[in-house]
Amino acid sequence: MLGTYFTFPELLIWLPLLAGVLCFFLRKGNAAKNVAIFASILTFAISIYSLLYTEDKFATYNNVSYYWMKYIGATFYVGLDGTSRILTLLTAIAFPIIFIAGYQNKIKNPASFFGLMLLTQSGIMGVFCSMDALLFYFFWELAIIPVYFLCSIWGGEKRIKTTFKFFVYTFTGSLLMLTGIIYVYLHTTGRTFDDGTYSQHSFAFASFFNTSLKASQQNWLFWLFFVAFAIKMPVFPFHTWQPDTYDQSPSSVTMVLSGLMVKMGLFAVIRWLIPLFPLATVHFSHIVMLLCIIGILYASCIAIVQDNLKKMLAYSSIAHIGVMCAAIFAMNTLSVQGALIQMFNHGINIIGLWIIFDLLERKTGSKSISQLGGVAQKAPALTIFTVIIALANIALPLTNAFVGEFMMFGGIFKFNAWYSFAAIISIILAAVYMLNMLQKVFYGNTSTLTQNMSDISTNEIIILSVIVVLIFMVGIYPQPMIELTKEAAQGLVKYVTTLR
Amino acid sequence: MNAILFSAVWGIVMMFSGVFIKSKSTPKYLAIAGIVLLCIVNGAELYTGMPLYNYDTMNMLSTTGFNLTFLEVIFGCTLFYFLLNGSDIEKVGEHVGEYFALIFFVLCGVALSATYQTLLLLFIGIEIMSIPLYILTGSDKRNLKSNEASLKYFLMGAFSTGILLMGIAFIYGGNSNASFYINQLQIGVGPMPVMVTFGLVFLMIALSFKVSAAPFHFWAPDVYDGSPTVFSSFMMTIVKVAGFIAFIRLFQYSFGLVNVQWQKLIIVITIATFVIGNITAVFQQSVKRMMAYSSIAQAGFMLLAIFALNDKAKEGLILYAAAYSLATIGFFAILVRMNDKTIEGFNGLGKTQPVLALTATLFLLSLTGIPLTAGFQAKFYMLMAAVQNGSNFWIVIVAVLFAAVSAYYYFKVIQAIYFKQPQGVAIEAENVSSFYKVMLVITAVIIIILGAYPELLIGWVYHL
Repeated sequence: MLGTYFTFPELLIWLPLLAGVLCFFLRKGNAAKNVAIFASILTFAISIYSLLYTEDKFATYNNVSYYWMKYIGATFYVGLDGTSRILTLLTAIAFPIIFIAGYQNKIKNPASFFGLMLLTQSGIMGVFCSMDALLFYFFWELAIIPVYFLCSIWGGEKRIKTTFKFFVYTFTGSLLMLTGIIYVYLHTTGRTFDDGTYSQHSFAFASFFNTSLKASQQNWLFWLFFVAFAIKMPVFPFHTWQPDTYDQSPSSVTMVLSGLMVKMGLFAVIRWLIPLFPLATVHFSHIVMLLCIIGILYASCIAIVQDNLKKMLAYSSIAHIGVMCAAIFAMNTLSVQGALIQMFNHGINIIGLWIIFDLLERKTGSKSISQLGGVAQKAPALTIFTVIIALANIALPLTNAFVGEFMMFGGIFKFNAWYSFAAIISIILAAVYMLNMLQKVFYGNTSTLTQNMSDISTNEIIILSVIVVLIFMVGIYPQPMIELTKEAAQGLVKYVTTLR
Repeated sequence: MNAILFSAVWGIVMMFSGVFIKSKSTPKYLAIAGIVLLCIVNGAELYTGMPLYNYDTMNMLSTTGFNLTFLEVIFGCTLFYFLLNGSDIEKVGEHVGEYFALIFFVLCGVALSATYQTLLLLFIGIEIMSIPLYILTGSDKRNLKSNEASLKYFLMGAFSTGILLMGIAFIYGGNSNASFYINQLQIGVGPMPVMVTFGLVFLMIALSFKVSAAPFHFWAPDVYDGSPTVFSSFMMTIVKVAGFIAFIRLFQYSFGLVNVQWQKLIIVITIATFVIGNITAVFQQSVKRMMAYSSIAQAGFMLLAIFALNDKAKEGLILYAAAYSLATIGFFAILVRMNDKTIEGFNGLGKTQPVLALTATLFLLSLTGIPLTAGFQAKFYMLMAAVQNGSNFWIVIVAVLFAAVSAYYYFKVIQAIYFKQPQGVAIEAENVSSFYKVMLVITAVIIIILGAYPELLIGWVYHL
């Protein structure tokens, strides 16, 4: 059955999609919410199950291609490899956590909310699985549309304006990428389909990979793609949409945005940008690294002075993403592998922190650091979880982020020691703003807002425990992660270095 | 060839129906029957390659797969236009049958300008297409704006017709064959005479006029805004894309060899159209006027086909005709029944009329060019054609940047629909029948199907 009728990537895309469409019609009570949770757990189970079939002999389980637009050589080609497996796994873990963490939230019009959330999941899965450039573009855009509606309907006061800014940014970026895709497409060789249809060019990843464009062409195509990905990540100077959007979005959506969607940009760099334009990657790596490092230091410094918890986390996210992007462009096995692992870990940690900040905001009605205080006296359980996750975010040893950051900084050091010195300051700055936040919000005297605060409930404890377990699991025994990403990282680096 | 014959005959039938049919709602059904018949006879010709009556046209008409597919798209869109707007056409005035008759005459002109092979038939086609429109524009007789629009359209249209005719005369006199046949002009073989150069520029100006490309667009916003809303959607879509089909056929067959020389002019026109259409649309408060300017912006994208002038461009033009016409007709079918036609009028439509809101959103997403809608595929093919052209890649970048600008004004309406609170009654309940809703949903579904499988349509281009 599996491999003949179904494949893993298809299941990961279609299941959330169908469940999402179903949700729109479940107008009664909690039906939509329950369907969403059930579907997301099922997706998670499939994703875990797919980890058992990573070997080459199971290729038919992990890859599938249908005819789609034959005359122009586009196929519905989806597949799982090391890079996409780790990110689909993250997506599959994140959604049940997000749904269950928000179980007690009162959401108006839940049918549409959960429907749109599941459509988002489907879109993100599609981005990670696509092996066809046009299909990739489709999913890349389609993942944004539900998020646009989610943020604009359920978001904060200034939601419409901020969300629209976000949308216009990403839309412009994607359109630039589209022109790049078309240009590369027109330089591919033709292919003949099984039924005899011949198309002059092809959108398949392999054809794109084999175009061997001249360095002069790569140099400007690189930027068409990179701008789209940089906006999504976001890398300085394309980050201005991000803090406001994170602040104004409903918390569940912020988790999706910061935990998963920013990874789309990083993933796309690894899957598309570097293999397509290896010469340009090498040529521009210093510029990109500099942008990343400016972003890291700048965002960390702003995070320190933020009073708004959500904006602080948004800026911290820019800093972390900057490190990952820099690591990818350092282009050695250690750094790329570190970035892959860190993508997963950062997703887990930041979702944990959003859950906590959301709880704080719901319990106290404030997201301002200066108005809160002494939470530890009222909510000890919450405090313990917060401390652990916050320390993981600073990348303390034994936590998951340490593994990734260690590898990344090692890799960046190999590339250029000065960059690594500059980037490593971000860890110190992260400690400053994270510990400062812990001190001011959780310790000290209680404020009027936190006086009557209650501790967290059982399902919140369960969810946060899951996150903490994941943090320690990867932190103490990272070997399975390293195995999973090894091949992908080695292949990529080898390809680029041979060209160099 | 079937299409020309049947549309003309049915126009006459509709005209005389007013004498025999006194009921006001019957002509609508007669018109729907007529357009279905047109779809069938044209489809049959496309499928078999044989017209019903085979008479000798001296090669003055050509019925290739491309032409007939385009006509099929036009008739299909007109069918949806009648189904969605039929009852609104009845409200315009007394003589309902005549409005439908005029629309059928327009279709006859469209059929001519899609299949012409000589410059004379091009002229006749464009005129048959334009003259009924002058009347339709002014059909709201007691409305001063409608009168003004009609007069303006007539004067400007007559002027451009003059230029067109002048261009044709110059081309005829200047080409070495002394021929009217567009594939026998032999322009580009040998040095180009001055007369031909002038003729070419005149033809380009006249046709740019008809498709409302800047800087020849000044009539468009006033005419689209002033004429009855039901007819403005017809003019913005069917008539405009028909202008493009005439445009691309003429320039491909007659001036294809010398395209390097006129490409720069087209680039200027295209960029001007993008800039003026998009930037002006951003500042409009009335949705109708916003759509008028946005239709100029969309013309900019279609001009990329003239710029590119290759097979992808022709496929793209077919897709664009379908995607743009269906979405605009669908959106106007909603707009025409709204009480308040400014953007505020749409506030909270998502709560009061969920079906209308959803379909309107889909139409707007398609016009913006979001994937999985026909609008995306259309834009995608246009961009592909323009890149394939090989020169001036930067024009594609300009095009996509303005596509991003267009998101701004289309999404303003979406924002009003879903994210604002309803104020007053947006649309009277008696105006929303279940048939109307079903038709809107079907239109939206077709847009999505074309967005997922555009080759269902494109395959027909190469059928014959």
